[in-house]
Amino acid sequence: MKTKLTCSAAAAALLATGSVAQAADLTLCWAAWDPANALVELSKDFEAQSGHNMNFEFVPWPNFADRMLNELNSGGQLCDLMIGDSQWIGGSAENGHYVKMNDFFDANGIDMGDFLPATVTGYAEWPKNTPNYWALPAYADVVGWTYRKDWFERPEIQAEFKEKYGRDLGVPATLGELKDIAEFFQGREIDGKTVYGAAIYTERGSEGITMGVTNALYGYGFEFNNPENPYEMEGFVNSAEAVAGLEFYKALYDVGTPPGSSNWYMGENIDAYKSGQVALQMNFAFIWPGVEADPNVGGGKSGYFANPAGPAGQFAQLGGQGISVVSYSENQDAALEYIKWFAQPEIQQRWWDMGGASAMRAVVEAPGFADSQPYAQTFLDSMAIVKDFWAEPAFAELLLSMQERIHNYVIAGDGTAQEALDGLVKDWTETFEDEGKL
Amino acid sequence: MANPVTAAAKATPEPVAQKIRGLSDRTIAWIFVAPTIFLLLAVNIFPLIWTIRLSFTNYRVNRPNNDVEWVGLRNYERILNDPDIWSTMQATAHFLIWTIVLQVLIGFTLAYLINKKFKGNDLWTTIIVFPMMLSPAVVGNFWTFLYQPQIGLFNYVVAFFTGADPSSFSMIGDVNLAPWAIVIADTWMWTPFVMLICLAGLRSIPDSIYEAAECDRASKWRQFWTITIPMALPFLMLAVLFRGIENFKMFDLVVQLTGGGPGNITTLTSIDLKREAFEKWRTGYSSAYAVILFVTVFGLAAIYVKALNKVKER
Repeated sequence: MKTKLTCSAAAAALLATGSVAQAADLTLCWAAWDPANALVELSKDFEAQSGHNMNFEFVPWPNFADRMLNELNSGGQLCDLMIGDSQWIGGSAENGHYVKMNDFFDANGIDMGDFLPATVTGYAEWPKNTPNYWALPAYADVVGWTYRKDWFERPEIQAEFKEKYGRDLGVPATLGELKDIAEFFQGREIDGKTVYGAAIYTERGSEGITMGVTNALYGYGFEFNNPENPYEMEGFVNSAEAVAGLEFYKALYDVGTPPGSSNWYMGENIDAYKSGQVALQMNFAFIWPGVEADPNVGGGKSGYFANPAGPAGQFAQLGGQGISVVSYSENQDAALEYIKWFAQPEIQQRWWDMGGASAMRAVVEAPGFADSQPYAQTFLDSMAIVKDFWAEPAFAELLLSMQERIHNYVIAGDGTAQEALDGLVKDWTETFEDEGKL
Repeated sequence: MANPVTAAAKATPEPVAQKIRGLSDRTIAWIFVAPTIFLLLAVNIFPLIWTIRLSFTNYRVNRPNNDVEWVGLRNYERILNDPDIWSTMQATAHFLIWTIVLQVLIGFTLAYLINKKFKGNDLWTTIIVFPMMLSPAVVGNFWTFLYQPQIGLFNYVVAFFTGADPSSFSMIGDVNLAPWAIVIADTWMWTPFVMLICLAGLRSIPDSIYEAAECDRASKWRQFWTITIPMALPFLMLAVLFRGIENFKMFDLVVQLTGGGPGNITTLTSIDLKREAFEKWRTGYSSAYAVILFVTVFGLAAIYVKALNKVKER
């Protein structure tokens, strides 16, 4: 650890004094998705300024964690820079995969106070809520909703909805209202085509259903553990409120989702929405620029709203990632140079303009930001209500247990919600016992 | 023209030739075999022994800094007492039994029909064999589209014959149908393989035996049961062995098709093992799991091969 700290301090000093490093071939690893293409474009500016060459290794989301965690765990040198998922931060910090950034940030005047607090906690800190930084917030993301505004505005649909539910059809204020809307559209004929309610996350293999169900669980009062006593989960994970939240998600799946949507995540939801199969879709905010640009559903046909409130409050699942320097890289100086370049406000502004999602306050709190895109206000609203999954070193095990328990109940209809969450407490307790934390 | 073998022998440098001349046949044999043995030890035996060793520890490959503790038989106890693992065993057994039954029945029937001489025989053989030329991942992906309730051809075919609404059932989203969805896709892909083996068996039966049976006025039915089946049986058993071993370790097709879901209903042991080893990173635990599966497959295969040899000796 001491060696790594010395290394990062040396690199920080080198950069602070403005020494010119030799041109390096840098490889940045991330998921294969639209924002990654925007980053390739943005990085051309860094190449021109620094003289370094940028290479990119993008892996599709379903295999991203498998591929990249294998790379990190094996001490691989493929990646110099890693835009890793927020949940990896604990394991990557404790296992020495990432370079600690504090000295570098101090030496280069990079202040974490310049970034949205939720993204700093979510993407950069380990242990959480301590000033130990292992990444720079790179891509702010959150689960939100997209809806067919053009369908919602049709007078005949509005009239029918009002007759059935006694209120106007519009953006739902609560999760209950959301379910009503999904149920209302389920199996409805629109323009001679059968459409369905909502595309929600149900995917079993990686993280899909967990990233979906938490949007219901948080709103009903689910907690990962006792806020006063870490790792005490009994009565928090499986509280009566959490059970009600899980039952809600199952009810939403049962009454308001397209047939065959038992294993859907980001890509499937986008496809269902853009092809006009569903009235609503749950998805991370990264898809919104693509929705706006789509000839079928863009250009004003779609609207956006933050995850509606549940009985216990309004929360949304945090997505997004921070950018880190891989400790096994032989190009750490050049990689840190990239981070320094990326942290500049004007680069962050261009990042947002090109379809990226900046977490820098100077960008997102700038006057006019909320009106800069039709989804910008929803993005801000959503980022203000985020919660995240465990970021423990054992996050993969914790995540897979949740995937299994939730999918078994919601999709396969196995047992009750109480049994599913009791089982989850049992699994997580076992994991933390193995970890020596219980 | 000089004999190439003699020429090669003459080309051997004299010092080397002298050294070889001084070696016994057994030593020379060892020199030839040693690289292969070394490779087998390095690639097969060493990893096996290493896995067995890890199975008695709490080792996690993603925690290189943690102490590795010897936990004795704890991993084995946990696996054998875990109801979830038994349910994956059940899912595997269901998949294994039904794919083998269907593939053997359909494969043998196809082989029997293709074995008859008719016009276009070769063309039909090529068409039938086509699915097994595809990658399992491609087949899995392809069948997810066929099974789509709204656009899938499979649902439309079923609806055409039953009158049901195509979007009223989901082959890969329903706990009752998903186990059959993977059986159907695997059967579609691998029946041609069984057919080819059966065809080899059927073509190995000399015509003279059937001619003798004709002379004895044996009916076609009797010829089938007393000549065709017994003589093709070793080939059929070989096909069952190959498919059994292959399907016990089935992974790619099912992952693409259902991802092991809905719930755990199509989570086969190989999928579960991969999750434990490379997603949960429980290396010691998954090593014990792998050892249990290895012993199971090895034991069953050994018994089966013994039975196969007995049938061949008859």
